[in-house]
Amino acid sequence: MKQPVTYTLYHPKWYRRPMSTYWWTKRWRYLRFILRELSSISVAWTVILLLLLINSMGDEAMYAGYLDWLQSPWLVVLNAFALVFLLFHTVTWFNLAPRAMAVRLRGKRLPDWAVAAPNFIAWAVLSAGVVWFVLKGV
Amino acid sequence: MAETIVLEVARYRPEIEAEPAFENFEVPCRPDWVVLDALNYIKDAIDGTLSFRWSCRMGVCGSCGMMVNGEPKLTCATFLTDYLPGPIRIEPLSNFPIVRDLIIEMSDFMTKLQGVKPWIIRNEDLPVSQGEYRQSPEQLETYKQFSMCINCLLCYAACPVYGLDQHFVGPAALALAQRYNLDSRDEGEAQRLEILSEHEGIWGCTFVGECSVVCPKHVDPAGAIQQYKLKAVTEWFKSILLPRGGRD
Amino acid sequence: MEVHSHDVLMIGGGGAGLRAAIAIAEVDPRLKIAVASKVYPMRSHTVSAEGGAAGVIKPDDSIDEHIYDTISGGDWLSDQDAVEAFVNEAPQELLRLEHWGCPWNREADGAVAVRAFGGMKKKRTWFAADKTGFHLLHTLFQTSLKYTHITRYDEWFVTRLLHDGERVQGVVAIHLMTGRIQAILAKSVIICTGGCGRVFPFTTNANIKNGDGMALAYRAGAPLKDMEFIQYHPTGLPFTGILITEAARAEGGYLINKDGYRYLQDYNLGAPQDKPVLRSMELGPRDRLSQAFVKEFEKGRTIDTPYGAVVHLDIRHLGEKLINARIPFVRELCLKYENIDPAKELIPVRPVVHYMMGGVHTDIEGATPLLGLYAAGEAACVSINGANRLGSNSLTEILVFGARAGRAAAQFALEAAPPDSGMLAQAEDEERRLQEVFLHKTGGRESIAGLRGEMQTVMEKSVGIYREEKLLSEAASRIAELQERFRDIVITDHSHTFNTELTAAVELSYMLDVAEAMVACALNRTESRGAHQRTDYPDRNDEKFLAHSLVVRSGDGTPQVSLLPVTITRWPPAERVYGK
Ligand SMILES: Cc1cc2nc3c(=O)[nH]c(=O)nc-3n(C[C@H](O)[C@H](O)[C@H](O)COP(=O)(O)OP(=O)(O)OC[C@H]3O[C@@H](n4cnc5c(N)ncnc54)[C@H](O)[C@@H]3O)c2cc1C
Ligand code: SF4
Ligand code: FES
Repeated sequence: MKQPVTYTLYHPKWYRRPMSTYWWTKRWRYLRFILRELSSISVAWTVILLLLLINSMGDEAMYAGYLDWLQSPWLVVLNAFALVFLLFHTVTWFNLAPRAMAVRLRGKRLPDWAVAAPNFIAWAVLSAGVVWFVLKGV
Repeated sequence: MAETIVLEVARYRPEIEAEPAFENFEVPCRPDWVVLDALNYIKDAIDGTLSFRWSCRMGVCGSCGMMVNGEPKLTCATFLTDYLPGPIRIEPLSNFPIVRDLIIEMSDFMTKLQGVKPWIIRNEDLPVSQGEYRQSPEQLETYKQFSMCINCLLCYAACPVYGLDQHFVGPAALALAQRYNLDSRDEGEAQRLEILSEHEGIWGCTFVGECSVVCPKHVDPAGAIQQYKLKAVTEWFKSILLPRGGRD
Repeated sequence: MEVHSHDVLMIGGGGAGLRAAIAIAEVDPRLKIAVASKVYPMRSHTVSAEGGAAGVIKPDDSIDEHIYDTISGGDWLSDQDAVEAFVNEAPQELLRLEHWGCPWNREADGAVAVRAFGGMKKKRTWFAADKTGFHLLHTLFQTSLKYTHITRYDEWFVTRLLHDGERVQGVVAIHLMTGRIQAILAKSVIICTGGCGRVFPFTTNANIKNGDGMALAYRAGAPLKDMEFIQYHPTGLPFTGILITEAARAEGGYLINKDGYRYLQDYNLGAPQDKPVLRSMELGPRDRLSQAFVKEFEKGRTIDTPYGAVVHLDIRHLGEKLINARIPFVRELCLKYENIDPAKELIPVRPVVHYMMGGVHTDIEGATPLLGLYAAGEAACVSINGANRLGSNSLTEILVFGARAGRAAAQFALEAAPPDSGMLAQAEDEERRLQEVFLHKTGGRESIAGLRGEMQTVMEKSVGIYREEKLLSEAASRIAELQERFRDIVITDHSHTFNTELTAAVELSYMLDVAEAMVACALNRTESRGAHQRTDYPDRNDEKFLAHSLVVRSGDGTPQVSLLPVTITRWPPAERVYGK
């Protein structure tokens, strides 16, 4: 591997390390970041599902077809995946909130959990609301 | 307890080597020794040509940052015993060009620091004879955290965005810009926002958040950047929604 | 050889150098200013100062009291006109720093807060938590970035002053990145290179504090002053020498011996109270506290550790909350470097070499006897610190006298002729010397670390807290012998790229010169005063020694000491009284 070395007196020869394409595999926290970025695909996917649902709502046959399609095994697996990613996205996103907002109350900066907590509570309340709304109809 | 520990030290001698390679050194592993003590032991007793920067040995001058087993660390605050039984791999900080051995080239940071105008900007200076600007302990508290940066550059070594795009202003310089923005004595926020709203300013940051994890002084540069983005967005909305008088 | 030319050049980018540079920029924006520093300016050792900076600001305080504390603290060796100027200008310098953004701690109403400090009768020490030097340096550095006409030579290592015997006109420096050896010419030069604690084995001083500037001036023929006055700080962490700031005692910490007894009461420092009393007990001056430690050791009342005897600093009773609010860095340092939590445990401490009262001899404007050469900061001796510096006076000193020296050097440069061309020949000589003696040297038997270690051991043994004739004479010949052996040094690194072995070797040569001057001054002063305690001459002798030591290098290279009377204005010498 010995290559001839060219060095000119008084001229520093810096070595630049190339950044590996797989840099995000080097550390769990990098990976977590990439996963969070990727999880936006799940968000997009969920939006598509929702749009398809709305589109099929007026038409009985279409709606049945939609439900049928949803029950196909590969779609169940895919949606299970999407759900996990969505949860991941939400939790990491809410945990980041305290960093972007330094909320102050009477001069003191609120502790991180106090900024994150309302997000989680709102999330829980809204989800409960949706569940109640959906189950009510059953 | 092991008596010695092996350090795998990255060597790069530009006059004789084309690229860095590792060299192993066996050093005593004393309970009160930090990685920097071991490097000094090598320099004094084994190989006087090993090159690295250091000065204070108390975690405040910011010179001794290196990669220790792949993590950016202040080597004067990293104990050998935490890595037993070893070996410990020591490399120069990632994302910077290597000058020699463990020494990186950092003038890029110095230029960027100057670029964000890290000084008090005022429309009108109070003469010194009039005494101090009043600043309550609460006002001090708002920016204090961001003023703790020792310019050690561990955050740059941890930031993949900087690694991929050297134009990105980067965590420490942005945190210091925010430090002045939040200072009640400063009136330069608009000037700085102009510089930082450019693409490679704050928007380069995709919030990996690793900078804040590695920062030895708990500066939280990632937080500073997100606060900054929020501010930039609100300013932008204000500028299109409000008539000219509403802006400051 | 490439040549750079400026009006004023600072050697050193610490607090003194940066303050001087800004002062010059404010005198006349046309002046071409340069700052050369062997490390990036914000790495300078000012960064590690913890406790604070003194300046009269509160209504219950007065200029005269600060003057008196400083003069009595210095055991009447301070020049009183210099102290007066210093105390008068201190508040405005600290205020200026406030205007530049220094995050000083505040009172509830937004005014700056002050704390107590050793040897000070009133609370007048401004502080930024316990990272005052860090904030001060970064504020100065960041502010200096605003002045784009200040040229910085970062990581340039100065090896020589260029002069014609009368006037200094520039320096020779190594650009560490490229290995280029170059001349930087200037109409005036200010030495701001800081202290020299590394001459000793156990010190709070950083690796870069090797007395470079003192040796540079000494070699150029400028006198050094009061080199025997070396301050030991009473509370350093064993092994690392990391400083536990006096602020820990100012907030109410106790010093106790192995029996848990506050031993300072036995040494004429007052009676113990629960709350800290100014100028008393733990808040006595540093020289007295360090001497008391040695006496306790002799009585067998200290605690033995692998790193020497220690006593304990107890701050447990202050409570976690106060510790976190006022001295968080103390806790951080103990936890990180000593693995103890001072909120719950005792901190082991021992006296540690901390500060150099002496330095390059200057007048009240920072001018040395050589035309065009100025000095400021720890490298200089004006002298305001006399035989013992009071804690928190030196951060203020680097501002006041940094600015003064800056203005004087600027004035000189405005009137001076440009450097003459003879300097270039000298610079080329220096380049040749560096190559012959270091870079291209082969063979040799002596290692840098070995010689350095021997020098440090000699100095600790003979120029420590207590000194005596026999040990000092021995030291003088030992240092001369080390100078001789230095010629036989081994250099293994012949690279031009960031050669830190080269700089370590040059630094060792600086330290040997400084050590030689210290020993000569200590031998000559046959009295005890402040930090200079002679067991063979235990009393102060005002008749003979109310005078500064001036040391110059004589023709044959040996140090020659003479005396220069102290300037006394309004405060005639008296006994130093503490604890009353
Ligand atoms: C741990 C510690 C705590 C302290 N706490 C306090 C305190 O609370 N209050 C107080 O008043 N004082 C304190 N002091 C003392 C005070 O900090 C120093 O005296 C002061 O900061 C010295 O400043 P300076 O500008 O003279 O030198 P430094 O800040 O040491 O700067 C020296 C500069 O010279 C440069 N230099 C040196 N040699 C060369 C060369 N050959 N070529 C080029 N450049 C060179 C260096 O790179 C550096 O930039 C403390 C000191 C220590 C060590
Ligand atoms: S922000 Fe933290 S990690 Fe980055 S340079 Fe400053 S102190 Fe170092
Ligand atoms: S040596 Fe100064 S931060 Fe480590």
